[in-house]
Amino acid sequence: MDNAIEVEGLVRDFGGTRAVDGVDLRVPAGHVLGLLGPNGAGKTTVVRTLATLLAPTAGTARVGGFDVVREAARVREIIGLTGQYASVDEKLTGRENLILIGRLLGLKRREARARADELLGDFDLREAAQRPAQTYSGGMRRRLDLSASLVGRPRILFLDEPSTGLDPRARRDLWERVRQLQAGGTTVLLTTQYLEEADALADTIVVLDHGRVIAKGTAAELKARVGGRTLFLVVARPEQAAAASDRVAGMVGTQPQVDGETISVPVSDPSLLPAVLRDLDAAGIEVAELGLRGASLDDVFLSLTGRSGASREEPGAGEDAA
Amino acid sequence: MKAIDQTLALAWRSLVQVRRNPWELGDYSIQPILFLVLFLFVFGGAIAGSPENYLAFVLPGVIVMNMLFVTVYVGHGLNTDLTRGVFDRFRALPIPRWAPLAGRILADMVKQLLCIALLLVVGYLLGFRLETSWAHLLAMVALVLTFAVAFSWVMVLVGVIARDPEHVQLFGFTALFPITFVSSAFVPVDTMPTWLQGFVQANPVSLLADAARALMNADGPALEPALGSLAWALGIALVFAPLSVYMLNRRLARG
Ligand SMILES: Nc1ncnc2c1ncn2[C@@H]1O[C@H](COP(=O)(O)OP(=O)(O)O)[C@@H](O)[C@H]1O
Ligand SMILES: [Mg+2]
Repeated sequence: MDNAIEVEGLVRDFGGTRAVDGVDLRVPAGHVLGLLGPNGAGKTTVVRTLATLLAPTAGTARVGGFDVVREAARVREIIGLTGQYASVDEKLTGRENLILIGRLLGLKRREARARADELLGDFDLREAAQRPAQTYSGGMRRRLDLSASLVGRPRILFLDEPSTGLDPRARRDLWERVRQLQAGGTTVLLTTQYLEEADALADTIVVLDHGRVIAKGTAAELKARVGGRTLFLVVARPEQAAAASDRVAGMVGTQPQVDGETISVPVSDPSLLPAVLRDLDAAGIEVAELGLRGASLDDVFLSLTGRSGASREEPGAGEDAA
Repeated sequence: MKAIDQTLALAWRSLVQVRRNPWELGDYSIQPILFLVLFLFVFGGAIAGSPENYLAFVLPGVIVMNMLFVTVYVGHGLNTDLTRGVFDRFRALPIPRWAPLAGRILADMVKQLLCIALLLVVGYLLGFRLETSWAHLLAMVALVLTFAVAFSWVMVLVGVIARDPEHVQLFGFTALFPITFVSSAFVPVDTMPTWLQGFVQANPVSLLADAARALMNADGPALEPALGSLAWALGIALVFAPLSVYMLNRRLARG
């Protein structure tokens, strides 16, 4: 079996809302797929469908070669799931939570305890092992949640926004774990709103928006698609930012992103640079800084959706901008 | 075999909390002890002439009341699992779909048993003496537990429908109070107005309290109310078990 995950024409409706609208995915065994998209794009719905928690409205999905609807029980034997929100039993200690999962997976009492202790060590939770999970911090809870999904050494792991709510250090720790798992041969599908995270971890990135796949490829391929470059300029006087943005839009053909005095926009033709400078000069707009940099995934997102990378946006705010 | 192990593991999970934090059990055992003591000394004189005379009457009633109240925690726990994502974690594991429910109800039976034992001990300390036999007492416990299993399905339904655990408690207790108090659990039926007596006599809580009383005090026929409450238990289970499972699946399918 070559593909650990195969999704064809996946559709899922909630009442009148179409959360997932014809998604195709193919994840080779041992790969990390990053499902990237803003709030409400349909990432969680895709993950929950693959983890057998939601039935598709249309389309098919196979995980480890098993159909998620007809062979759900087989799928559950080979997957691990860390949902978007921590799902540990608050009243149990961290250790008890892990022992419970081990017992449910058919481990003997002694094996379940040993596995729990091993994971508590791996995830830096040994000190808190005997405390009820309700006393844990957000980051500890996330780590416990992640270890709970690893008790059965799953071949295929789903991580739904695993680093949301983690501080930068905890996030880097998490990345390190994901890399270790990948090195061990685990197939990982992770969703994220952080472009940086998809870039750092994923072999392949699929960009999801309004339930549809709007782009897929490696981080490098996606960057190349945008033309690879971003023009950025800083105006000397903030009140001129809007005017500068309009003039740049006119020349480049894409609406730039404005952040205070900084204006940035993906460009395909770097020779525009002097022309932009001349144009702004002629319009009496003072430029403090002007340059080109390699496109970030943020720019990819902007050029694909007309909106900025969603991590700092309110849900729904994107609709207005589109 | 594997399914049974998994159910036991899930029952263990509900019980281990009690072992670490006995107050959890206290939540629903202190209250009936309070009820028992208050009823005894406040109403005992008015209802039965003296607290001593009232004890044998009210103790079975309090056991039945407490059994009903403890079932609320089945719904409360289920709803907590549903709203906190724990239920989803279980569903993504290779275990039978019924195991989480079965584990919870099984754990609840152990808690019920502990509560009954506690009330009997407190009753003994207050002067209660069994007028029948140990076999009768066991029959009483079995009858109360059987009814508890059936009635748990009502609370499973509440747990499935309610928005959050607080609403389970609010709704559960609000529904239980009238059923419990408009019964023969604490007061003899013949002291109530006639228009109420019909309802009180058909109330399963009355039947169960009467049966429990007869099995502990030998003060009336036990078989008839026992069969009556078993019929109720069967009816409740036949209606509420499928309905709860249907509503649960509907809630899960909605996402
Ligand atoms: N249980 C549900 N009931 C109704 N609508 C839902 C439900 N779950 C998700 N949705 C809707 O489906 C869309 C996709 O949601 P989701 O998959 O959670 O997106 P993401 O994880 O990318 O933020 C959103 O518009 C969301 O409001
Ligand atoms: Mg989500």
